[in-house]
Amino acid sequence: MKKLIALLGTALVGMSLLSGCASEVPEEADEEEEVSEAQTLTVSDPDYYTRFKGQNLSINVYNWGEYISTGADEGTLDVNGEFEKLTGIKVNYTNYATNEELYAKLKGGGAAYDVIIPSDYMISKMIKENLVQPLDFDNIPNFSYIMDNFRNMAYDPENAYTVPYTWGTVGIIYDTTMIDLDEEDIDWDLLWNEDYADQILMFDNPRDAFAIAELMEGFSLNTEDPKELEQAAFRLRQQKRIVQGYVIDEVFDKMGAGDALIAPYYAGDALTILEDNEDLNFVVPKSGTNLFIDAMCIPSSSRQKEAAEMYINFMCEPDIAYANIDYICYSTPHQAAYDMLDEEVRESPVSYPDSDFIADKTTVFVNLSDEANLKMQSLWTEMKSAEDENTNKWIAPVFLVACVLIMVFVLIRRHIKNKKDIF
Amino acid sequence: MKKLGKFYMLLVLLFLYVPIFVLIVFSFNETKSRSVFSGFTLDWYKRLFHNRIIISSLMNTIIIAVAASIISTVLGTFAAIGINSMRKVPKSVVMNITNMPIINPEIVTGVSLMLLFVFFAARMNLEFGFVTLLIAHITFDVPYVILNVMPKFNQMDPHIYEAAQDLGCSPFRAFRKVVLPEIMPGVVSGFLMSFTYSLDDFVVSYFTTGSTSQTLPITIYSMTRRKVSPEINALSTLIFIAVVIVLIVKNAIEKKAAKKSGMYKGDMA
Repeated sequence: MKKLIALLGTALVGMSLLSGCASEVPEEADEEEEVSEAQTLTVSDPDYYTRFKGQNLSINVYNWGEYISTGADEGTLDVNGEFEKLTGIKVNYTNYATNEELYAKLKGGGAAYDVIIPSDYMISKMIKENLVQPLDFDNIPNFSYIMDNFRNMAYDPENAYTVPYTWGTVGIIYDTTMIDLDEEDIDWDLLWNEDYADQILMFDNPRDAFAIAELMEGFSLNTEDPKELEQAAFRLRQQKRIVQGYVIDEVFDKMGAGDALIAPYYAGDALTILEDNEDLNFVVPKSGTNLFIDAMCIPSSSRQKEAAEMYINFMCEPDIAYANIDYICYSTPHQAAYDMLDEEVRESPVSYPDSDFIADKTTVFVNLSDEANLKMQSLWTEMKSAEDENTNKWIAPVFLVACVLIMVFVLIRRHIKNKKDIF
Repeated sequence: MKKLGKFYMLLVLLFLYVPIFVLIVFSFNETKSRSVFSGFTLDWYKRLFHNRIIISSLMNTIIIAVAASIISTVLGTFAAIGINSMRKVPKSVVMNITNMPIINPEIVTGVSLMLLFVFFAARMNLEFGFVTLLIAHITFDVPYVILNVMPKFNQMDPHIYEAAQDLGCSPFRAFRKVVLPEIMPGVVSGFLMSFTYSLDDFVVSYFTTGSTSQTLPITIYSMTRRKVSPEINALSTLIFIAVVIVLIVKNAIEKKAAKKSGMYKGDMA
C-alpha cells in the first residue's frame, strides 16, 4: 500500500511538471537525453536532497515577481522544476510586489508560507515581531558559499534567521548626451541641480527618498531623530520644484524614451535600462549609498521547516544561484555564483563595487521605530501635498455632500412616486 | 453630416482599440522597452510557453473562472426560481440584498471575505488558496446570474407552467420542458457574465488568494516591482485573438440559426 502511495506521489509530481522535464523513470531515458543539453545541473550532495522523496510533501514559496530563473530562455534552468524533480517536493510558487504586501499576508494569518524573501528593513521588523524563525544551518551547508561581507548584516546581527539572496546599491542613472560630467563628479546633489529643472525623477516611496536626502546631509540612513528627519524633509521640499515626477517603475519608460534626464534607481534594474540605451549611464556616488539586500527566511508559521531549509540550500547551489542571478541581473552574495559570472560583470563597478566601498560607504536599512516611521510618513505626505493643498482640502467634503444630496433627492422622489402609486 | 458621423465613429473606435493595438505591437518588440520599438521578434511568444509561472497562473485563472461560473449559475438560477415565487415585499427585499454585492465596492467585498476566511482559518483547518478563491468568486458571481435570470421570469407568462401541469406534466417535468427553455437565454448570459467577471477579477482575488494558487492578474501585478515582462503582452495578444475568434464564430452560428428559423433571435446576445 505504501509503495502504491509513493508511486502515485511521484506520478503526481511528474504530471505537475510541464513538458520538458524528464522524470526519474529509466524507461524514459531517451527523453532525458533530449533535454540534457540545456540543463547542466549538478548538486553538491544528491543524497541530501532525496530524503523526502515519495512523501508527497509540498512547500509554499512566496517571492517577488520576476525574481527567479524560470527556464523561459533557452539554455537556462527552471529552478522550481529542477527542485521538484530532484527532491520530489512540490513547490507552490506565488508572488508579491511589495514588502508590505508580504507582511500583510503573513500577519493576517490564513495563508501558510514556508519560504519568503523579504528585504532588509522588513526582515528586522519580522524578527522583532517573531514572524520568522531561526534557521538550522546544519541543514543549509551551502551557506558556506555566502561572502563574508554579507553575513551578520545589521538587520540580523547574529545571522540566525536569514540567507541572503540578492543585493544591490542605489545610484543615479543619467543621460550622457545632456549631462557632460565625469563619473567621479557625479554625486547626489545632481538631483538638486536647478539646471535640469523638470528633467529629474525621484523615488515615490518615503524610505528611499529620505535616504537620498539623509545621504546629502550626512545623517545615518536609519536615523530616528525627529530633527534630522525634518531637515531631510526640508531638503526634499526644496527639490520638489524641479522634480518632474515621483515614480517607481516608470523610470524604465521615461529614461528609455528620453523624457527625463536624471533619476535615482536600483543598480540591477538600471543595468537593464542601459542595455537598450547607449546614451544612458549609471553611477553609484562615491560619497556613499544605500545597500539593499533581499534574503530568504522561513516564517514561524511554516509547517515544513526542513523541506524549506532544503529549498534554501538548493537556492544556494552554485548552478542554481548562478542561474537566478543571471536572470535577475542584481548582484549576488554567493561566492561560487560570482566566480561563474562573465569577467565584464564581475569587474563592473556598478554591480560589484569593491568590498572596501561596501564596508565603509554603504548602509543597510533596518526597521525604524513606529514613531520614526509615522514621523517620516507624515513629513512625506506633507511634502508631497504642500502645493496643491488648497484644491485638495475641499474635494472630499464637497464630493460627500453632493453624494448625500443626490441620495436624499432620489429617496424623496421615490417616496412621492410610491405614494402616488398607492392611490 | 454623414461624414461627421463617420469621423466620430472612427474616433470612438480609435479610443477603444489603440491601447490594444499598442499592446499587440509591443509584444513583437525585440527589447524589453515599452516605448521604443527596435525590431521584430517572436521570442516573447516562445518564452511565454516556457514560463511555468505565467502558464500555471493562467491555468488557475481559467479553472477558477469555469468552476465558479458553473456553480454560481446553478445556485443563481435556483435562487431566481425561489425569488420569483415570493410575494411582492419579500421579493423586493431579497432582490435588494442580492444586488448589494454588485453596488458594493469590490474592495469591501474582498476585505470582508478575507476577514471571514481568517476567522474560519483560525478555527478550522481552512487554508488560503484554491478553496477560498473559489468561494470568493462564487460570492460575487451569484448576484450577476440572478440579475440576468430574473427578467426572463418577469417576461414569462406564469400560466404556461400551470397549463403544462394541467396537461399532465409532473412539476419537475413542467419545469424542465416549459420554464427552463423560457429562462435559458438569461441563464446563458448570466453564465457568460460571471465567467468574464471572475476571469479578470483582481481586487477580490488579491485579498482572498493564498499560498497555493495564484491567478493571472495577481501574477502580473507582482511584476510591477521589477518590470512587467513583454511575455504578458504576448499572452494578452493571444487572449485577445481568442476572444475575437469566439465572437466571430458565435455571430456566424447565430446568423445561420436565424436564417434557418427565418427570424433573428436578438435576446441570445
